[in-house]
Amino acid sequence: MSPGALANRTFRHWSLLPAVFLFAVLTLYPLVNLVRMSVSTIEFTQGTEDWRFTPRANFAQLAADDVLRPALVNTLIFVAVSVAAEIVIGLALAIAVAGLSRGKQWVRTAMILPILVPPVAIGSMWKLMYNYDFGIFNQALTAVGAMPVNWLGSTQLALGSVIVVDIWHWVPFVFLILFAAVEGLPVDLLEAARVDGATRSQVVWRIMIPLLRPAIVVAFLFRSILAFKVFDEVFLLTSGGPGTATELVNLHLYKVFFEQNQLGYGALLSLAVIAAIVAFLMVARRASAAVQAR
Amino acid sequence: MRLREIFARAAAPGAQAALPEIAHGGWAGRALVAAALFAVIGPFLWILTASFKYQIAIYSGQFPFTPTLSNYTDVLFGRRSDFAANIGNSVLVAVISTIAVLVVGTLAAYSLRRFRWPAWVSGGFLGWTLVFHMVPVLTLIGPWYIAFRSLGLYDTRAALVLTHVTINLPMTVWLMSAFLREIPREVEEAARVDGCTPLDAFVHVIMPLAVPGLIAAGILAFIFSWNEFPIALSLTSRQTATVPVAIARFAQQYETQHAQMAAASVLSTIPAVLLMFVGQRFIVRGLTLGAVK
Repeated sequence: MSPGALANRTFRHWSLLPAVFLFAVLTLYPLVNLVRMSVSTIEFTQGTEDWRFTPRANFAQLAADDVLRPALVNTLIFVAVSVAAEIVIGLALAIAVAGLSRGKQWVRTAMILPILVPPVAIGSMWKLMYNYDFGIFNQALTAVGAMPVNWLGSTQLALGSVIVVDIWHWVPFVFLILFAAVEGLPVDLLEAARVDGATRSQVVWRIMIPLLRPAIVVAFLFRSILAFKVFDEVFLLTSGGPGTATELVNLHLYKVFFEQNQLGYGALLSLAVIAAIVAFLMVARRASAAVQAR
Repeated sequence: MRLREIFARAAAPGAQAALPEIAHGGWAGRALVAAALFAVIGPFLWILTASFKYQIAIYSGQFPFTPTLSNYTDVLFGRRSDFAANIGNSVLVAVISTIAVLVVGTLAAYSLRRFRWPAWVSGGFLGWTLVFHMVPVLTLIGPWYIAFRSLGLYDTRAALVLTHVTINLPMTVWLMSAFLREIPREVEEAARVDGCTPLDAFVHVIMPLAVPGLIAAGILAFIFSWNEFPIALSLTSRQTATVPVAIARFAQQYETQHAQMAAASVLSTIPAVLLMFVGQRFIVRGLTLGAVK
């Protein structure tokens, strides 16, 4: 073997090794450990770990967990409503901004800001605005003589208020993706339709939106997954309350692990969440392949 | 139509000059854009003004108000606040984890692209990055907690660096392989013909051409690490807490300290605001490329 080929082989192995090592140690090994934890009860007594094998108790707890059901329902509502609203608003905005003759860059710059700032800062921003006594919404309501509203403290409104924050946070992201797609549409085709007598709204509904379908699917998939991962803002705004009104799967996981110190049961819940996501990924892949192929 | 074609066309300047006339939304379109801009900017202005108000002025909804820097001095220099140390922790963790993830991720992206790995290696690796990227990080925090405890790394910044590198690795690998794809293979072959070793070719020929990609991935990795909350919340305590954890503490104490929470939040957005102006081109590229892939 020539020295060049040898060097090539060495480099080849070393180049992928760090990433594989990192993934093995920090994701695969924890995943295996998760399985072991999920059938155990783990307690810390005087600084030492005490593991007991209790698969039955863990599964019994899963069946009896009465926070899990509202958490699942709330998460599904949260994901469905916020993603749908984000796609609709983001798409409308992308087309509207593409129609501007000047100032596109400025709109885009402003839109990047919510994506980049810490979600925790967004949580505290909205915590101030939703405040019952001095928040901007209640100030506006009392100014016109209406009663103040308990945005985050009422069981009927809290989930909606939290969803509004997510929509505010992520419409800009959907906008960025769809705006890039709109800017890349085949203009000659759209112009030809106009010359043939199509109205502007016909061009939008009959030509633009169908052509944008692959980009919309991508935005939809990305947002569904990310919306499911939501934690930071809701932790700050309501921590799941009042009662279980805004309890989400991730908040529940955090509480089981770090407030109730149930590492074993938490691991079982984690595995269930991972399994659900993998199942969703497999279905979504099929579905999006079908949509893209059409 | 293939998504990649659409995005390629968008990147070509001047080709789309007629688009505004076609997509022209009239007054409704302009009103929508104006409302969106107001909705995005408004909350930022609201918290910015709140951060310059005395707590009492916040509570009374006073406007106009006497501006004060006291919230900022309280947060940064107050004896009961660790915020300066929190900023130090955040900067340290974000900088080190960004550099590390760029090195590890770029090498991996290059390796997968340049060398003929068997399908189960490259497919398995990329598939696993995808799954891991989609799974909520809280599902792995239990095992991380146990592992870091037994290694003596619980409540250290090293644990944060390691976990932040891991969560940013999928994004870095995808972005870098998208950028590396645009470098023609002939460039590298020419270097090899001239006698470069693979490592030399990588460092001296590929890397300089990949700088835009490194900037895009680096900005995003830095921001994601700076913003990261659940891991830092679970694996740190007072000494090692990062900025988001500190903000949550202001918000979560028995009585929310609104004025200090506002000032701390405003300070936490500084990197994002700076990068928005300096690196906008790279950020947009990074975010949309990540989506197209």
